[in-house]
Amino acid sequence: MLSYIAKRLLLLIPLLLGITLISFVVIHLAPGEPTDLQTQLNPQASSELQERLRSEYGLDQPLYVQYGKWLSRLLRLDFGESFATDRRPVLDKVLERLPVTILLNLLSIILILAVSIPLGIISAIQRNSGFDRMTTILVFTGFAMPSFWLALLLMDWFGVRLGVLPVSGLKSLGYEYLSWGGQLLDRISHLVLPVFVSAIGGLAGFSRYMRSNMLEVIRQDYILTARAKGLSERVVIYKHALRNALLPVITILGLSVPGLIGGSVIFETIFAIPGMGKLFYDGVMMRDYPLIMGILVMGAVLTLFGNLLADICYALADPRIRHSHQGGGST
Amino acid sequence: MRNTFTRNFLFITIVVLLLGGCSNSNEASHPGIVAAGTPEYGDTFIESSIGDASTLLPVLASDSASSSINGLIYNGLVRYDKNLQIEGELAESWEVSEDNLTITFHLRQGVTWHDGAPFTSADVKFNYQLYVDPKTPTAYAESFKQVTGIETPDFYTVIVHYDKPYAPALISWATSIHPRHLLEGENITKSLLARKPVGTGPYRFIEWLGGEKIVLESNPDYFEGQPYIKRVVYRIIPDISTQFLELQTGSLDYMGLSPLQFDRQTDTPAFRRLYNKYRYLNFGYTYLGYNLKRPLFQDKRVRQALSYAINKQELIDGVLLGYGKVATGPYKPDTWVYNGNVPKYSYDPDKARQLLAEAGWQDTDDNGILDKDGKELEFTIVTNQGNDLRSKTGEIIQRRFKEIGVAVNLRIIEWATFLKEFINPGNFDATILGWTGGPEPDQYNIWHSSKTGPRELNFIGFKNAEVDSLLEQGRRVFDQPQRKAFYDRFQEILAEEQPYTFLYIGEALPAVSKRFREVKPEPAGIRYNFNQWFFPKAEQKYARLNDVFFVRVLC
Repeated sequence: MLSYIAKRLLLLIPLLLGITLISFVVIHLAPGEPTDLQTQLNPQASSELQERLRSEYGLDQPLYVQYGKWLSRLLRLDFGESFATDRRPVLDKVLERLPVTILLNLLSIILILAVSIPLGIISAIQRNSGFDRMTTILVFTGFAMPSFWLALLLMDWFGVRLGVLPVSGLKSLGYEYLSWGGQLLDRISHLVLPVFVSAIGGLAGFSRYMRSNMLEVIRQDYILTARAKGLSERVVIYKHALRNALLPVITILGLSVPGLIGGSVIFETIFAIPGMGKLFYDGVMMRDYPLIMGILVMGAVLTLFGNLLADICYALADPRIRHSHQGGGST
Repeated sequence: MRNTFTRNFLFITIVVLLLGGCSNSNEASHPGIVAAGTPEYGDTFIESSIGDASTLLPVLASDSASSSINGLIYNGLVRYDKNLQIEGELAESWEVSEDNLTITFHLRQGVTWHDGAPFTSADVKFNYQLYVDPKTPTAYAESFKQVTGIETPDFYTVIVHYDKPYAPALISWATSIHPRHLLEGENITKSLLARKPVGTGPYRFIEWLGGEKIVLESNPDYFEGQPYIKRVVYRIIPDISTQFLELQTGSLDYMGLSPLQFDRQTDTPAFRRLYNKYRYLNFGYTYLGYNLKRPLFQDKRVRQALSYAINKQELIDGVLLGYGKVATGPYKPDTWVYNGNVPKYSYDPDKARQLLAEAGWQDTDDNGILDKDGKELEFTIVTNQGNDLRSKTGEIIQRRFKEIGVAVNLRIIEWATFLKEFINPGNFDATILGWTGGPEPDQYNIWHSSKTGPRELNFIGFKNAEVDSLLEQGRRVFDQPQRKAFYDRFQEILAEEQPYTFLYIGEALPAVSKRFREVKPEPAGIRYNFNQWFFPKAEQKYARLNDVFFVRVLC
């Protein structure tokens, strides 16, 4: 098992290098440079300024030199400084946005799991019942609904008409003057709509997935055996079937690790939440190369580790896989 | 002069909003002018911005979110008053020498920086050096490069020398003054003041939560007296619809509305109870610019014909819902420099057809499109993505041109690509764009023939010897009537030549919370006397901040 993990870790290195190289080339292929955007069409900006900025950013050097320098800095875990006017370290900018992004994504995943697992199970057990059909319609409606539209409707309804929830932002004005409980309440009230809207799209996929897993498992012989033993339906479903049906969930959770730091531009823009999605989008629009590369690398690392983690957990949870590894097989 | 390219995209065109919470006032409203009672101190003013500020060092900032915050934190030596005349700010008075080559500023005494250090002439001299330092990546160096020498004979006198008279000189000293004692010897691009500024202005910096909000508090030692409003909060709300929803809950005190919002969506009793709406003409206009390096547009008659074919009023009615004025040149009608005596090119398709016929364009193959020497009269208009007004304008123009037999394609392109692939290399036929300016009429950078190089502003390649000489003379004379003579002639030539079809000037349409007093629209807009605005005590809703959350929930 350990040698398997080591092998996988070693394989990550060339993979990561390849990802950074391709990303680096691709973002430099996009027309326009950060210096254009900062100086262009401003009557007061001279062309010397433009040239000076270019050499300060190192944009006057050949691309492979730029990549080499960037990579050597990265090896020292230095993501460089943003090309935006504030010239702040990329890491600072990312770290500033990370907590709220992770919080929202975590809450949203928890909500998705909490709702879609029971939904999936019940739909599977009562296949083709009224309940099954109803949830199918509902989750697909949620899936198909443009999230920005839903968000605006909810904001208008709960924020403006009923006035029970704040429209946007993360905290109220004067948050720091609230009591501990008031602060918590304030935070929660600001999170209700964003978490709900971001979860609603994920419900469909996950509950369908859960349903089909469950159906699959229920058809297995060992469920028949369990029933034949005279176990109660409850024990059959929740002990024998559910455990097996949940196995693939591990994979999905592993895959959602990189999603924890990713954000959605549309959604963050609408709710005025300073998250990673908006940061990345603005970075791309301004051709802020160090920032773009920094976020892409972090995303890539998390994706690769998420996959690895999922495989390992899977192996731990499922003896069949574990044993096949010990026998020298591979996944 | 401070022309920046306007675009409703990322950072430049910013709808600045403020928010006012739920007002508990049911007082009678005074539409237009709100002025009543004795000023009272206190409360919070909440405004929102679609983009975060980039840096709070004005020398480096060129986006409007940063500029509007910097405007409250810093001062210049001079500023525009409500009638757009220059008045002193950090300078109490000044003299311009007979030969117009020297300006002597007498600074206010007793002004302090927010950290308590005194403001002196050494700060002014340092700022000059800062702006012209080749290591400072600033967009504001040009006007300071005209300065040939600066002297500070005592703490409160600054003498500035020029080798040629330079009319925009005086207003160029409206540029923000930075603190010498905190910046001297520092690398300006690494200075911590960019995130924690120290100025002399009416508000001082409290905190900046990236992407979320910036908070300022009134400066009790401000040399013109402490502003009445205690705190100013800039919330970053990137989506216009969200801003509008926030406005409707009463949690913004100020918002620049879109014509649609102003006209159709704010006529509810609830809205009228909370806000007053104002309208006044912006500085800045939208134009259709022709690439004069293209053979097609080298014939003046073609450009004139196209101007006659556009119904400008229709654009204003359709795109701005009527909230705008027809543009006839680069200046707006209510300024001293505006010349109303130029050809206006009112909508006249017959005249347009006739001019095109004179230029040799006929529809010989009867396909509805004019042609000449076997080539059809067809071209492409490009504009940037993210500005809905411009793309709609393009569509209306496209249809009007079709009516006179001119085929037009419309391409809308992402901003960075637009600059790199189309504007910089001069690779376009015609473009719809806008300029924003200010009261200073100098247009040298946009129209002078020396400014047609790559990345320069005269990217349509306009070259006219008389205009060159008028622009040169215009910036060398201080006397207003004399200057006006040059700029009048300049406007006549532009009207005759039609290198642009000047389309329209939009209106600013702010909604301002009714809780404010002393809001009085003037030529300079409504924000010029922000420091005098106040909330009567009875309407101060953020006075007891502990109650904020509940106030919010209850309204």
